[in-house]
Amino acid sequence: MQDFGIITNSIHEFFLSLMPSWAAVLCECIIIGLGLLLVYSVLALFYILYERKLCAYVQCRLGPNRVGPWGLLQSVADMFKILIKELIELRHIDKFLFALAPYLVIIASMMCFAVLPWGNGLQIIDFNIGIFFLLACSSIGVLGILLAGWSSNNKFTLIGALRSGAQMVSYELSIGLSVITMVVLAGSMSVGDIVAAQADAWFIFKGHIAALIAFVIYMIAGTAETNRGPFDLPEAESELTAGYHTEYSGIHFGFFYLAEYLNLFIVSGVASLLFFGGWMPLHIPGWEAFNHIMDYIPSVIWFLGKAVVLSAIIIWFKWTFPRLRIDQLLSLEWKYLLPIGLFNLVLMVVIVLLGWHI
Amino acid sequence: MIPLAIFGIETPGILAITALVTGIALVFLAMWIAGMISPRSFNPQKGEPYECGIPTRGESMAQFKVGYYLFAILFLMFDVETVFLFPWAVRMRALGFDGLISIAVFFTILVLGLVYAWRKGALEWK
Repeated sequence: MQDFGIITNSIHEFFLSLMPSWAAVLCECIIIGLGLLLVYSVLALFYILYERKLCAYVQCRLGPNRVGPWGLLQSVADMFKILIKELIELRHIDKFLFALAPYLVIIASMMCFAVLPWGNGLQIIDFNIGIFFLLACSSIGVLGILLAGWSSNNKFTLIGALRSGAQMVSYELSIGLSVITMVVLAGSMSVGDIVAAQADAWFIFKGHIAALIAFVIYMIAGTAETNRGPFDLPEAESELTAGYHTEYSGIHFGFFYLAEYLNLFIVSGVASLLFFGGWMPLHIPGWEAFNHIMDYIPSVIWFLGKAVVLSAIIIWFKWTFPRLRIDQLLSLEWKYLLPIGLFNLVLMVVIVLLGWHI
Repeated sequence: MIPLAIFGIETPGILAITALVTGIALVFLAMWIAGMISPRSFNPQKGEPYECGIPTRGESMAQFKVGYYLFAILFLMFDVETVFLFPWAVRMRALGFDGLISIAVFFTILVLGLVYAWRKGALEWK
C-alpha cells in the first residue's frame, strides 16, 4: 500500500537541509494551511454542484447544465457572483457578534476537516483523543449559529437559531453515543488507530448488529446535525424565510452556505471513518489476492469515494422525507434514538467482552 | 503498519493551531476580497431588519420559549455522561469486570435520570 508519509517525510528532509528546524516546521504548516484551504474550497464547490445535480435527478430535472461542460463550473460562477454582491450594512445589529459568527462556523468545520483521515499518512491532526477532539470542535459550530441568530436582532433569525441550537445539541448526544459504541469496538480514540483497527475488515462487518444500529443512528443524527433533509426546521423557508442567516448578505451569507456543505462532507467522512474504515481499502479476511488488488487503489480515492457515497444517502433523505415538526423532531431524538443508542452501547460492550467481534 | 505522521510533525497541537489559523484566514481573506470588489450604496431603507415589508414591532432580542432551555439542561446532563464514558470505552478491555460494574452503576443512575425526565413530562414539547 502506498504511504503518503514517505512523500511528506522526504519534503521534510528537503526543508531541513535548507533551513533550521523551526523554519522547516513553519514552512510545512504554511503548506498544510494552503492545502487545507484549497481542498476545503474545492470540496465545497463540488458539494454544492453535487447536491443540486442529485436533487435535479430525483425530481426528473437536468439540474445546472449551462456553465461549463455538464454545468461543472456552475458553482465556480456562483462563488464569483456571491463575492461581488454588496455587503449590506445593517443598523440594528450587534456588529461585533454579527461579524464573529461566520468565523466560529468556519473554524469549527475547518478543525473537523483537518482531523479526517485523508489517506495513508495524509492525516493532518492525529491526536490520541482524535475523535473526541472532532466532537468538541463540531460543537463550536452551534455557538456560531446561535450568535448569528441573536446578533441579527430579527425575529426570524432568533427563532431559527434557537431551533437550530435545540436540534444540534440534542442530536449531538446520539452522535456521541454511536461514536462511543465504535470506540468500544476499536479500543482507541485516535483516528489513526481506528483506521488501523479496520485493516482486516471494516467495523460495519466486524461489529455485528450493534455496529449496524450505531450506523443508522449516526446517519439520522448526522443529518439533523447538519440541519439538512427532513430536519431543516431552522431554515424552513415557508416559516422562517432563511432561519439564522436571514440578515446576512453577500459573502457573509456564503460562509454559512460553505460551512453547511462542508459539514455534510464531515459527517459522511466521520461515518466512513467509524464504519467503513476511513481510507482503508475493502479487505476480506482470507481473500489475499483480492486484498492485494484493492490495495492498488489509492487511499485518498477510497476515503473520498466513501464520503461522497454516504453524503448521497444524506442528500437522498432530503428529497424523500417531509419536514418534521419541532415536537416530532425532539421526541424522535429523546424518546427513540437516545434510549436505542444507550441500549446499543450495552449490546456492543457485551459483544466485545464475549469476543464475538473478531 | 503505523502510518507516518504528516511531515514528521509529532506534536499535533501545532497542526491544530494551523487549522485554526487557516479557518480565520479563509474568512478574513474572503471578507477582504469581497470588501474590495463588491459595490456599496447607502440607503436608509436597506438598514432595516428583514420583515414582511413592514417595520418590526417591538423588541427582537426578546424572551423565548422556556422549552429550549429545558432541552439544553437535559443535553448538559447527557453530554457530561458521554464525556465520562469515553475514557472507560477506550480502556474497557483492560479494566475488565471491575470497570464494567462501576460504569454500570453510573449508567443506571443516568438512565434513571432520563426516565425521571420522561415521567415528569420534560420531553414533551408544549
